[in-house]
Amino acid sequence: MKTEMSVIVRTITRCVYPLILVFGFYVIMHGHLTPGGGFQGGAVVASAFALFLVAFGTKALKGRLNPHLLQSLEEIGALAFLGLAFLGIGTAFFYNILAGSGSVFGGAVPSGPNPGVLNSSGTLPFMNWAVGLKVMAGIACILVAMLVGSRKEAEE
Amino acid sequence: MRRALLTAAFLLVAAFLLFAAAEMRPFGEPAVSAMDDYFIDNAQIDVAANNVVTAVVFDYRGFDTLGEATVLFAAVVGILAMFRRTREDER
Amino acid sequence: MSAVGSLPFVVSMLLVILGLYALLFKRNLIKMVIGVSLIETGVNLFLVTLGYRTAGVAPIYTYAPATTVRVLPTPQALTLTSIVIGLATTALLLSFAVLIYRHYGTLDVSKIKELRG
Repeated sequence: MKTEMSVIVRTITRCVYPLILVFGFYVIMHGHLTPGGGFQGGAVVASAFALFLVAFGTKALKGRLNPHLLQSLEEIGALAFLGLAFLGIGTAFFYNILAGSGSVFGGAVPSGPNPGVLNSSGTLPFMNWAVGLKVMAGIACILVAMLVGSRKEAEE
Repeated sequence: MRRALLTAAFLLVAAFLLFAAAEMRPFGEPAVSAMDDYFIDNAQIDVAANNVVTAVVFDYRGFDTLGEATVLFAAVVGILAMFRRTREDER
Repeated sequence: MSAVGSLPFVVSMLLVILGLYALLFKRNLIKMVIGVSLIETGVNLFLVTLGYRTAGVAPIYTYAPATTVRVLPTPQALTLTSIVIGLATTALLLSFAVLIYRHYGTLDVSKIKELRG
């Protein structure tokens, strides 16, 4: 997909692409209050990357994207998720040691229906970010590998 | 002959699936819900989260999420290994 | 027979049957991959409809209405996992299809068995 699309598509992509990114990060960040979380928000941000690839072609990636950086981001996400699981190893594996304890994300939540409290639920926001980074970088890696790999074959 | 056997097997499996789905419990009455009632009542006290589904995915059943992250990682590594450019291709 | 009372289960099994038909009776590789994806969609729909309680709302406490009947959260969590695994499987299948087309020049399953490249 070396060729890029017309001027209208490119201009609208430049306008819409930051809005999709903001919505994706909102869905990841408020995973413990509203429907959403790491996997759903990561898929939304990856769809923004797919829109960029379709509108601008792979030629626009040549000087800008380092594929080793993309794979390292995914591995950092996976290792961060595992490290957070080992944080409460004193009691059990995957124990939520920060919930209700007054430190980083340790506020309490009133029971029953309430407007949400952002400073709550322990290790859950960190895990949301780790899994969201992993899904984002993973789907972007898959797209770049399949597009660049099949293009190389067609040129031979 | 092979085609007739394939069609017969497919029709048998389709009839079994439809009959099993029609004879299930009525829609809207789960069979047992003791574990989920505990999750709904105590997620705000244990995990301090408003979203019970995220609490189940990342806290009560976090081990399944670890397995899913591993599957995603294995798929990405497999696809990157398939589209690798070796030295023979570039010559 | 209470077929009308359990209509959502019948519909998800219909999706699985459509996917099985596409997997068994079609010769193009891409159509078979679409069949596998249809089977996975049918199974995910079946999992979600297992946890419904009559007149229940989502199990979320932020700005929730003042009811006491909430839907079960565990089938939704397992369906999340299943959707991500379906994504990984479909990506691997499509990569294999690209490699097979690069090696054999065709996507017809009956011809791939004959040519010994």
